[in-house]
Amino acid sequence: MADKELDPGKRRFLVAATSVAGGIAGAGAAVPFVASMLPSERAKAAGAPVEADIGSLSPGEMMRVEWRGKPVWIVRRTREMQESVKASDNKVADPKSERHRELTPDYARNELRSIKPEFLVVVGICTHLGCSPVDKFKAQPEAFDADWKGGFYCPCHGSLFDLAGRVYKNKPAPDNLPVPPHAYLSESRILIGEGGKGA
Amino acid sequence: MAAAEKQPVTITCAGPLNGALSAFLTWVDQRFPLMSLWRDHLAEYYAPKNFNFWYYFGSLAMLVLVLQIVTGIFLTMHYKPDAAQAFASVEYIMRDVPGGWIIRYLHSTGASFFFIVVYLHMFRGLLYGSYRKPRELIWILGMLIYLCLMAEAFFGYLLPWGQMSYWGAQVIVNLFDAIPWVGPTLAIWIRGDYVVADATLNRFFSFHVIAIPLLLLGLVAAHIMALHEVGSNNPDGIEIKKVKDPRTGHPADGIPFHPYYTVKDTLGAVAFLIVFCVVVFFMPEFGGYFLEYNNFIPADPLKTPAHIAPVWYFTPYYSILRAITEDFMIVLALGVAGYVALIWLTARGFGTKLAAAVAGAVLIFFMKGPEQFVIDPKVWGVALMGVGALIYFLLPWLDRSPVKSIRYKGPITKAALALFVISFFVLGYLGTLSVTEGRTLTAQLFTLVYFAFFLLMPWYTRLDKTLPEPERVSG
Repeated sequence: MADKELDPGKRRFLVAATSVAGGIAGAGAAVPFVASMLPSERAKAAGAPVEADIGSLSPGEMMRVEWRGKPVWIVRRTREMQESVKASDNKVADPKSERHRELTPDYARNELRSIKPEFLVVVGICTHLGCSPVDKFKAQPEAFDADWKGGFYCPCHGSLFDLAGRVYKNKPAPDNLPVPPHAYLSESRILIGEGGKGA
Repeated sequence: MAAAEKQPVTITCAGPLNGALSAFLTWVDQRFPLMSLWRDHLAEYYAPKNFNFWYYFGSLAMLVLVLQIVTGIFLTMHYKPDAAQAFASVEYIMRDVPGGWIIRYLHSTGASFFFIVVYLHMFRGLLYGSYRKPRELIWILGMLIYLCLMAEAFFGYLLPWGQMSYWGAQVIVNLFDAIPWVGPTLAIWIRGDYVVADATLNRFFSFHVIAIPLLLLGLVAAHIMALHEVGSNNPDGIEIKKVKDPRTGHPADGIPFHPYYTVKDTLGAVAFLIVFCVVVFFMPEFGGYFLEYNNFIPADPLKTPAHIAPVWYFTPYYSILRAITEDFMIVLALGVAGYVALIWLTARGFGTKLAAAVAGAVLIFFMKGPEQFVIDPKVWGVALMGVGALIYFLLPWLDRSPVKSIRYKGPITKAALALFVISFFVLGYLGTLSVTEGRTLTAQLFTLVYFAFFLLMPWYTRLDKTLPEPERVSG
């Protein structure tokens, strides 16, 4: 062995082969560590649908329900509030909810973004960076908009949404508030998290 | 060097145990590079003799790092990284743990002072051109430390599990959500859940107490090793190694770090600790800037506080993020076009011109609007915020001035630096406030100033009239 001449080509090949094999093994070993940071089975299972009782909600009022750790708002819109949505068609960026169609189920893709015109059901998480906007239902001049028609104001970055959760033009948030899949179980009960087709 | 060849260690000051101590140190030195480390980094590390006030902040940053590690160890003994218990465990530390309140206030105040000291340390680099050749790597390692520090502060801020902790983390993690294609998966991977939740708190705790501190310590060691390899810069921005004392061979304008600067830095540490303790004892919340009032309310995933803002040290970047609106995209596109024109008119090689034009055209294509954005303004906001924090890395190559120090730079460079500092403060202040139209407009203006400082630097530093550098350090 000792008197054998060094073969540089062979050595180079062996070093390269060992490095490649080691690199692949290293990358493989990283997989369980990277995977361990994904949502656990328990976190995934926590996404079950929730029921909400809207029987006691008076016109003009809003209730919050927690679904998958997120706030879901249910607003019972008065006639004036529904009119204000129609009046803000030219102020909102995507009046017909056609951008990112997955944000609005087909059965709610209308001007009022709802199954029943009276009840708005949206996920109360701003599509900008995930803050929860504040309700500013009263149509009155506000610091953020002198011609405010009523809707939601995000305190984090100033995005505005009308009373159908549609985002105003030229605001940081790019999209309308998502309408979660939902269905009416009866006149006064809503199931959030599962939507029937055309329910 | 083989151990046996080393010189025995001799202790020069008088004392009854000198002989025993010398023998012990000799024994150690033959097995560990004790004396060479001592000489290379302290007793015979020659630093320029003209260090001024600005040179305190490097050693102060080390002091705060040690303070944060020590207080952190003791806080970890009582804190519970559990969404159901975290908020209460912090209150338990504040009320029931003996001395807990002072340890926690030292830690929370230390976080803000860490950034104060590091920002002043970075400003010193800007003043005296400490990032210039041959100190580019020191600057880059320093910037990596700064990024680690931001990560460390961000992860730590979630731990008290107050309203600001929760919603701050929600907003920052959602920044990753904006990255095209991989963003949503990445954000879920970072959170470990679909919203900021117990899993997020638990892993942020892990990052905060072990992962980032280990990285930070390694980077600090590398930063100092690189510094001691090339030697310290000084307020004149000239190399002291150029003129050496013919007898000793040491830089003529250098003095040994120990005892001269160890003593000076000790004085700095005492003065710093006086200011620091005044804040810890009398104003630990610092008017809501160091500890935000909303963070005394437990995290509520269903309700964002009426006004949310990050802690002060992040607000300049936060302002940049908020400044990017749909209307502003046209200004950005025009800025890119103007920049390409500038490169086209001044660059020498045709290749450079062409590359700039193509890169500019691609950028403008992705910015086009307002009817249909290829990439949303939101993504641009996140990208510019990131670029705003990372652009410092390029400084060593952007500055083309023939001199390093502000003392010999011309009026344009001085004005540019002043404007940059003003824009940093204005953006920082606006970032703590809620949004109005006027404030957005101001933030947009100063965002342009902020980026112009860096992007136009190759031109104005070359144009500027400079003074000749002296042969030897002054003062």
